[in-house]
Amino acid sequence: MCGTRAVVVGAGIVGAACARELALAGFAVTVVDRGGAASATTAHGEGNILLSDKGPGPELELAKLSRQLWPQVLAEIADRSASGAESVRAVEWEPKGGIVVATTAGGARALARFAAGQRAAGVRAEHLDAGQLAAIEPLLTRDHQAAVYYPDDAQVQPAAAATALLADALTFRCELRTGCDVLGAVTRGGRLIGLRTSTGLLEAELFVNAAGPWAGEVAARLGAPIDVRPRRGDVLVTTPLPPTVFHKVYDADYVGAVSSDDGGLQTSAVVESTRAGSVLLGSSRRRVGFDDRLRPEVLAAVATKALRLFPVLATASVMRAYGGFRPYVPDHLPVVGADPRLAGLWHAGGHEGAGIGLSLGTAQLLRALVLGRPAPIDTAPFQADRPAVLGQTSTQEDS
Amino acid sequence: MTGRQVAVVGAGPAGLAAARAALGAGAEVTLIDAARQLGGQYHRTPPEEYAASRPEALQHGWPAFAKLRRELLGHPRCAWWPETSVWALERRDPGQQGPPRVHLLRGPADGSHRVRQILEPDALVLACGAHDRVLPFPGWELPGVFTAGAAQTLAKGERLMVGEQVVVAGSGPFLLPVAASLVEAGSRVLAVLEANPAAVLARGWSRKPWQLAAQLGKAGELIDFTGQLVRGRVPFRTGRTVIEARGAGRVEEVVTARLRPDWSVVRGSERTLAVDAVCVSHGFSPQLELPVAAGCALRGTPGAQFVQTDARQRTTADGVWAAGEITGIAGAPAARAEGAVAGWYAGGGSPAARALPALRRSRDQGRDFAARLARAHPIGAAWPGWLGPRTLVCRCEETDYATLCRAVQEQPGAAARTAKLATRAGLGPCQARVCGPTVTELAARLRGAAPDAVPADGLPAAGPHHRPFAQPIRLGELARPPEPPDAAPEHHGA
Repeated sequence: MCGTRAVVVGAGIVGAACARELALAGFAVTVVDRGGAASATTAHGEGNILLSDKGPGPELELAKLSRQLWPQVLAEIADRSASGAESVRAVEWEPKGGIVVATTAGGARALARFAAGQRAAGVRAEHLDAGQLAAIEPLLTRDHQAAVYYPDDAQVQPAAAATALLADALTFRCELRTGCDVLGAVTRGGRLIGLRTSTGLLEAELFVNAAGPWAGEVAARLGAPIDVRPRRGDVLVTTPLPPTVFHKVYDADYVGAVSSDDGGLQTSAVVESTRAGSVLLGSSRRRVGFDDRLRPEVLAAVATKALRLFPVLATASVMRAYGGFRPYVPDHLPVVGADPRLAGLWHAGGHEGAGIGLSLGTAQLLRALVLGRPAPIDTAPFQADRPAVLGQTSTQEDS
Repeated sequence: MTGRQVAVVGAGPAGLAAARAALGAGAEVTLIDAARQLGGQYHRTPPEEYAASRPEALQHGWPAFAKLRRELLGHPRCAWWPETSVWALERRDPGQQGPPRVHLLRGPADGSHRVRQILEPDALVLACGAHDRVLPFPGWELPGVFTAGAAQTLAKGERLMVGEQVVVAGSGPFLLPVAASLVEAGSRVLAVLEANPAAVLARGWSRKPWQLAAQLGKAGELIDFTGQLVRGRVPFRTGRTVIEARGAGRVEEVVTARLRPDWSVVRGSERTLAVDAVCVSHGFSPQLELPVAAGCALRGTPGAQFVQTDARQRTTADGVWAAGEITGIAGAPAARAEGAVAGWYAGGGSPAARALPALRRSRDQGRDFAARLARAHPIGAAWPGWLGPRTLVCRCEETDYATLCRAVQEQPGAAARTAKLATRAGLGPCQARVCGPTVTELAARLRGAAPDAVPADGLPAAGPHHRPFAQPIRLGELARPPEPPDAAPEHHGA
């Protein structure tokens, strides 16, 4: 592949991971982003690397692959150079484990079934009794019905993770262009051979659309529209606190919200600490297009649910909130593969709120597909040639 | 009566004038301020329980202020909401007219029973004022280093002495009233150090002396303060500043040095002074989080941005007016004039009103004054020369200058947002209110001209003023549903 040119559109975590894999495979890579690197969706999430919220199926397989890759890839980057090691330190890799708590009897039964299915699919999911839970998460409410511990859930600082991947790619044949907006396609014989951009023409043999929630717009500009929509999530950040929350703790409703098709507001509690001492409180999911307005009532709903898990946080001060747009595909599966209509165009995205965690596995699948090599897991469920991606399913319109 | 509901945020000179003018136009006014008393920083008074016998001792224009306060507190259409802060502004749905919904927290900030309320006014006047801008220097994080504004608040509001031996340093005419407040509170002010050399001050202030004369209120203040200082024999030095504070656990001494006009340090001119406090001010940063949250366009250069207004003080956001320091640092007389214009139009007053031309003239004179102020007290470009690699640029997150340099220079395509996340500068409890302009300026210098990002839908610019929570709010307060406006304790009269 030496010298084959590849353009990656989007310098978020998925674009950075794909650029790195392609550069390692010998491509000459150009990463373009209309903003700055790692500054949009990637900088507005919690940095989740989760197995706990995924039921058996292709997304769980991708999550398992990615979870296995994270420590390996970070070690590779750290070993490459002193500056690589420095960038990996900033990633704040923390395999802290997750705890899912059910607060109702019905929720407890559903959680037990869900965890049993996950165990059958190879996920470590350990039932905790009240005493065990109180020992490892002492400030959590005692008012709960069941809890499951997922030792493999982890967390990174997402912008730093994307930056580390991108910096590693740049040590190979890779170039980054920020402030570069993709305007349209240049095709020859039905094949994509170049991008018209705000900073000039970019020619290549291979193009990867990793534009996150804007992937639908980029694809439309290239004449091959895909149905990726923004779904907004808001996260609250407290002022730094003494150690209060030791794992990623969330209520069992979260699993339902993740896979929901409802366009209206959904909230469920996700509570965790960052290394700086702040507690992050999520999460909400709303389909509101690209509306970036702050909605105090959404934040109030998030706060209410978080306090149900950690009543002790009532006096903690929230100093900021951030909202991000997650790339949402109507059938809730990522898109990894070649565009069925426009040769030369590939898609890597649609991970909704799981893109940080799934980025490394996604990049590895893309590399295998591009090179025509066997992939570590089945890639068929992620192919772009499916009705949900090509906009052939009817779902409730965005409000 | 126009029956219009006008919310005025900020009860300093601009907000008070806006409230009075909106009442004059016939509107119903809700006047909101985080403090317990009307007046803002300019007219700060000790709380009533101090029973100050002469609150006017530290005040200027006291009789006029006292009269205005009586008038507003006694007005049947004016509701005064003290200890109330705006924690969020919620813009309307696309296509809907009118100002944003105003989300408030009411009650003492240190109490546990603040309640949420929501106002949906017909017009919103923002008069949020400014806070001190302080440039970092080695040791500025030590206890005993105060912003000049904080020192003045303690002196005027609590009658507290920040120290016995104090140096006041920085740039701008605010150094003088601060020094005067300190003297009044009992401190010994060893020196007032204005960083700009006398020649720069003279060029700025005397280019068109008649403009200064027209701004009599301000000039009068200056003369008055200077008089007090002279009587107290406080040395006033130009072209000199504090470049380092030292001490074990708190300030014990400061190093001062002579500066060239670009604020580079003249080596060999360093002197050490034993102090127990130092007060620093390098001008003001307008409090722009609410205007930005309301959707108001800004003008100016990065690091020196203000709210853009038209001749009627209207911002670019529908139903939102702005007055006072957020539109330009021009002192109290200009703020009053702007407030009056803003309040009149926000209250639905007629553009043909007879008082308007005089108000506009006064406002325009204030703007000239602001321009002169900026000319006389520029921040010298060479100030980062006194930073060391270990000097903190963000005190909350303890980010030092070397870390900022590394993050900005080494990160591929580092957008402002990414550099912020990487260094954590600006992410602490002050949410970049203190370090924001400094970090923005330093990063821009280190990075060189970055290519402009193409704006993306739904992504607010990573500006230093984008702060979705204008005030910290406790989770418990956020989780409780808002109280209906009628249930609030009313503060008519008082």
